[in-house]
Amino acid sequence: MSVKSTAARSSRGGAKRRGGAGRKPELVQLLTPEGERVEHSEYSIDLTPEELRGLYRDMVFTRRFDGEAVTLQRQGELGLWASLLGQEAAQIGSGRATRPDDYVFPTYREHGVAWTRGVDPLNLLGMFRGVNNGGWDPNLNNFHLYTIVIGSQALHATGYAMGVAKDGADSAVIAYFGDGASSQGDVAEAFTFAAVYNAPVVFFCQNNQWAISEPTERQTRVPIYQRAAGFGFPGVRVDGNDVLAVLAVTRAALEHARSGEGPMLVEAFTYRMGAHTTSDDATRYRLDEETEEWAAKDPIARLKAYLANEGLADETFFAEVEAESDALAKRVREGVRAMPNPEPMAIFDNIYADGHALVDEERAQFAAYQASFEGSEEGAAR
Amino acid sequence: MTSPKTMTIAKAINESLRTSLETDPKVLVMGEDVGKLGGVFRVTDGLQKDFGEERVIDTPLAESGIVGTAIGLALRGYRPVVEIQFDGFVFPAYDQIVTQLAKMHARALGKVKLPVVIRIPYGGGIGAVEHHSESPEALFAHVPGLKVVSPATPSDAYWMMRQATECDDPVIFFEPKRRYWDKGEVDTAAVPAPLHRARIAREGTDLTLAAYGPMVKTCLEAAAAAEEEGHSLEVLDLRSMSPIDFDTLQASVEKTRRLVVVHEAPVFLGTGAEVAARITERCFYHLEAPVLRVGGFHAPYPPARLEEDYLPNLDRVLDAVDRALAF
Ligand SMILES: Cc1ncc(C[n+]2csc(CCOP(=O)(O)OP(=O)(O)O)c2C)c(N)n1
Ligand SMILES: [Mg+2]
Repeated sequence: MSVKSTAARSSRGGAKRRGGAGRKPELVQLLTPEGERVEHSEYSIDLTPEELRGLYRDMVFTRRFDGEAVTLQRQGELGLWASLLGQEAAQIGSGRATRPDDYVFPTYREHGVAWTRGVDPLNLLGMFRGVNNGGWDPNLNNFHLYTIVIGSQALHATGYAMGVAKDGADSAVIAYFGDGASSQGDVAEAFTFAAVYNAPVVFFCQNNQWAISEPTERQTRVPIYQRAAGFGFPGVRVDGNDVLAVLAVTRAALEHARSGEGPMLVEAFTYRMGAHTTSDDATRYRLDEETEEWAAKDPIARLKAYLANEGLADETFFAEVEAESDALAKRVREGVRAMPNPEPMAIFDNIYADGHALVDEERAQFAAYQASFEGSEEGAAR
Repeated sequence: MTSPKTMTIAKAINESLRTSLETDPKVLVMGEDVGKLGGVFRVTDGLQKDFGEERVIDTPLAESGIVGTAIGLALRGYRPVVEIQFDGFVFPAYDQIVTQLAKMHARALGKVKLPVVIRIPYGGGIGAVEHHSESPEALFAHVPGLKVVSPATPSDAYWMMRQATECDDPVIFFEPKRRYWDKGEVDTAAVPAPLHRARIAREGTDLTLAAYGPMVKTCLEAAAAAEEEGHSLEVLDLRSMSPIDFDTLQASVEKTRRLVVVHEAPVFLGTGAEVAARITERCFYHLEAPVLRVGGFHAPYPPARLEEDYLPNLDRVLDAVDRALAF
């Protein structure tokens, strides 16, 4: 992509802009949008039929769970939801590349990665329902809390990786972030630290072409993966809608980190099929035609076509996965509706590990204040 | 002369920015998603369409970059009005604001001016996820070199934004996001009060409630409820947290002899602490009760399902009023 064409595009006013879809992508691909296996000179993968079916199941479950969350938000059960629709391959492929002892630092959209780490989908919903501000023990699945402040977690991942290296362990760390986040100082600083300390961290950027209403051209003049070169570590762009390529590339990147070669940047070229969140209206800033183009590259459809064409799965299997995903959706729906509201006194919980006099004082005052309403309908109604 | 129009606070800020863009070619609007989308709250809706991408600028996703480049643009003679998308996201820019923006005029011996406005939708009450409901105004009011204001009505939203944009000092402009859709009259031909002057929002004789931004409405409701119980409360809308109009406040307290300060931000070392200290100094012999404060706890802003318990509301304000009156 030439600098000139970028400048021309970015200064274009008037009509709604296109995201990066118009670019000529130079990316690693192992499965075409039509579901045909192709080879790549550097990256290869050899999976058993069962593993392939597993990836399919993961993606269908993730999409189903995500869709259910959107519905639950519409019904008022959740305050907000950030849908991963369209990014299933990027998340399942990369998540399945990690080992249990690896550590994952997600954004707020990594529901598919969470699934691969064994995090109960219900846990993810608590934060979006507004019953907690995170809500799971990061060390249970080596899956850190969702991070909303864009880019912060790239530094945490780098620091964690520096610790892994100090310990002499052969685990790797993976930091997720978006195309928008690539502009943040924290992300650039993470690249610097990871490079100079040769930290075993993989920077996994899901370039879904949009940061809310801003296309990737607002963040960068070069393809994001090329930034790594300036920091002194390798970068690669992978077809983010191709679960096989994502799995292959992320495995290689994690292996690179594990074996002492230092950080690597993976740019998964994908697309945010939905609005930014349930609060957003994407029709205000992007073209339907672009969304349709990407729909033809759907990550699930292409794996399904491959499985069917190669005789690796039959109708019974697809029907089974469908039925299981229905059951998952039902469990999530019922689980969310049954989620209790936290007690007001929980406001004062876990603020300090070693306690704090002011918190104790305010907790006591608030308890007394709450108690003053007991048995007083007039007071409560006032 | 145009006649007064009814509009929301969001629309009033939009109109204000529009007028500034029309009247001063040096005014720029910058921020994440402020262009085509018109901002996540639609406060900049339609501005890019009418003033172009050169003046209404979608920036990369980097707050330090937004404020840092706004400083550079100001040094070059522009008047950037930048948007921080939500209160919790100003912190990547805090370094630029505190170490650079606030001090540069003094360091240059007054030879350069920094007419930068930083708009921040703030406060809770909208059921948001974390980092979207915070009230960090004291963290800015504490910094010499910054002016800090917050409107509570559409009229003030319009005029205070106009004045902030015309001000040659950096202004942190806190917008009460849960009141964005509250309506009121805006007279764009009026002569506005000075930017840092407090406003008597309701007259009373028994106690003064001082507030700003989103809590002004809460205090007005409390005053209405108290009236039914036979108490006459004065409501003072501070409008400005730096500087604070202590003269207007002092006159009110000398009349009512009691003061309760209300804000969403944590009470500990908050704006209310400064108000209490100064008013105690100025009105010691007039006060019938200690100055009381109602505000957030020394706790992270809680998840949405607890925010009704966390935020000051009618009951919490009236509880403090009762305590002050009982002294
Ligand atoms: C520091 C900071 N600034 C602004 C925001 C508001 N915000 C939330 S998501 C988002 C866009 C993120 O885009 P990208 O990094 O591409 O991730 P995506 O949402 O596309 O997954 C913005 C601006 C934020 N959360 N944090
Ligand atoms: Mg994105």
